[in-house]
Amino acid sequence: MTRFRVFAIVALAVGFLLAYFVWATQANPTSSYRFKLGLDLAGGTELVYKADMSQTQPSEQGDALSALREVIDRRVNLFGVAEPLVQTDQASALSGTTEDRLIVDLPGVTDINAAIAALGQTPTLEFKLATTTTVGTTTQVGFITTGLTGRYLSSAALQFGSGATAGLSAPQVLINFNSDGAKLFEKITSENIGQTLAIFLDGQPISTPVIKEAIPGGQATISGNFTATQARDLVKNLNFGALPIPISLESSSAVGPTLGSAAINAGVMAGLIGFAIIALFMILWYRFPGFIAAIALAEYLTFMLAIIKIVPITLTASGIAGLIISLGMAVDANVLIFERTKEELREGKTPREAVHIGFHRAWTAIRDGHLTMIISGIILFWLGTSIVQGFALVFVLGTLFSFVSAVTLSRIFLLAIVPEDGGGAWKFLLGSGIKNI
Amino acid sequence: MNIATHRTIYFWITGLILAGAFGAILFFGLPLDIDFTGGSLIQVNYPAGAPALADIQKQISVVPLGAVSVRSSGVNTVSIRTQTLTPEEHTAILASISQNTQVTEISYTSVGPTLGGQFATKALWALVAVVLAIILFIAFAFRKVSRPVPSWCYGLTVVVILVHDLIIPAGFFAVFAHFTGVKVDSLFITALLALLGYSVNDTIIIFDRIREHLAINEKTNNKETFETTVGKSISETMTRSINTSLTVVLALLTLAILGAPATHMFALVMLVGVIAGTYSSILLAAPLLIPLASKFVKK
Repeated sequence: MTRFRVFAIVALAVGFLLAYFVWATQANPTSSYRFKLGLDLAGGTELVYKADMSQTQPSEQGDALSALREVIDRRVNLFGVAEPLVQTDQASALSGTTEDRLIVDLPGVTDINAAIAALGQTPTLEFKLATTTTVGTTTQVGFITTGLTGRYLSSAALQFGSGATAGLSAPQVLINFNSDGAKLFEKITSENIGQTLAIFLDGQPISTPVIKEAIPGGQATISGNFTATQARDLVKNLNFGALPIPISLESSSAVGPTLGSAAINAGVMAGLIGFAIIALFMILWYRFPGFIAAIALAEYLTFMLAIIKIVPITLTASGIAGLIISLGMAVDANVLIFERTKEELREGKTPREAVHIGFHRAWTAIRDGHLTMIISGIILFWLGTSIVQGFALVFVLGTLFSFVSAVTLSRIFLLAIVPEDGGGAWKFLLGSGIKNI
Repeated sequence: MNIATHRTIYFWITGLILAGAFGAILFFGLPLDIDFTGGSLIQVNYPAGAPALADIQKQISVVPLGAVSVRSSGVNTVSIRTQTLTPEEHTAILASISQNTQVTEISYTSVGPTLGGQFATKALWALVAVVLAIILFIAFAFRKVSRPVPSWCYGLTVVVILVHDLIIPAGFFAVFAHFTGVKVDSLFITALLALLGYSVNDTIIIFDRIREHLAINEKTNNKETFETTVGKSISETMTRSINTSLTVVLALLTLAILGAPATHMFALVMLVGVIAGTYSSILLAAPLLIPLASKFVKK
């Protein structure tokens, strides 16, 4: 019993510490452990782009995708958003053809069209070799990718050069490659002398110079028929990064801040009142163990909130649903144990013995129920879309900890207090319902 | 009243409710939202009071689009559903409805048609995988009690109950959607997933009790009929089933009454599902094992 009392005091102390952590980090607006709220709760914009990989070698797709992410990341930072999130997502093989997506989350941004326009300014830059194939009498010009794209760009500059047709000072764009790009550019130009190396901007060939000699040093000039303004804008946009592969907007969503904050306030309110009602019911029906369960559940909830803050898990509406259901699982585990304890008491066991056996006999049901939940949750997380994953992540964690808390917390607390040979008062306290036992 | 002996009556009652829910789904259908079909959804708030829906529809008609659905979705709040919009069309719609009055856009969602289709396939695959995993796990967990019912039958019954517990709230939703115009969105799918977890757990608790009794009977060489064992297990776990459901129902009721409007539908579907899950696990799950058992004993 002394052992259980020590455990119980430690468990309570940890609970209070965690509760203080949850409260203090939330009260401090600058804390990095505040709840991270999903766009559906906090308000903001999400844009989902599809990356067109049809022109990219399979071996280079991974690199191209991460280069794409970096460029968009830079562009988003330019947009001035606190904590933007840019991530890539490969549609799983289960849904048929693989598709590569770029997901851009902009918390706090509600003007969706401005966001789309800002990201849309990112140019796509590609260098392609022209090939001519003769079919019968018609000659077709095709372009093959060289692997040299906007991802190797280090900087761009505006210069005025002499163009044959555009007058003496036609605006040109001078681009500098990074060291990898420079090597690649030199290799391509040295191997394909006499051929046309077309420069594609946003999918259109804007310049089709013929390679006269190998070009070392990693500099190239784009001389389209630019006006001075066009050339200046292009330089500016290229300097913020050029896309290695074309992307197109597939879906978008924006949630206003009022909708989000109303959802949170109502959710917190419903959560608190719901918890109070459950606690009241447990105490009224299960008496002393119900009271213990209420404390164990409060500690369970505190622990879950602390985990959500520390990991951190972004809270969405579906994540909160997962939390509610796992709280239901935790309540159920307690109910199972108390019902079993009551059965043992009926058979004439002493209170402490009944609690011991009650836990032992409820164990298989709790174990199998929770394991099934955890397996289902893992599969949902593995195969689901982001909304389903948001639910599954909280659900799996919640079930896992419900498993642990039911057989440790409630047990430690009960065994720390219930005496070896309690009299009638203990029989009443450990009973339930309207009748005595 | 012993549920195991009077199971036929309960089979009929639950069967009729199930048929009703199934009929509602077939008759009214489950209208899919843009998460599945692709399209755009604009939610706007009129601080000075929303005009008649037909007027809003007329205002939007200046923008050349296919079918546009305009529905009320709360006090002074209107949802506009269209085909997938380009940013220009989106701006044009907002301009068209804010000519005479002040309008604030509270949310905008646009889903490309391909992405929508993938969401549905993915959700379906995940569900199939979960069901298979449940059968396998339960067959494993009950491997020691393969008499009189083979252990995989427990898994199969859990899945039958699961299907029942998902069809009832879906049927409720079909009726509800028919009269209010709400649609099946990803939050509805989340509700079904949560119910899936709840339902399986509820059934396993009763099966666990049957398993325990079967093991004790074998040890003490107690030759009671399977029907008696099942009846005993149901009445012993009844208080637990009802009490657990009651706590979850209480939590969901507060969410339905006090929660954000966005989660009202979620809480309602969950409520119906939890109630269906409770009675199905008491009246249907374990009693279903009895006809299965007699089938296997004869062979």
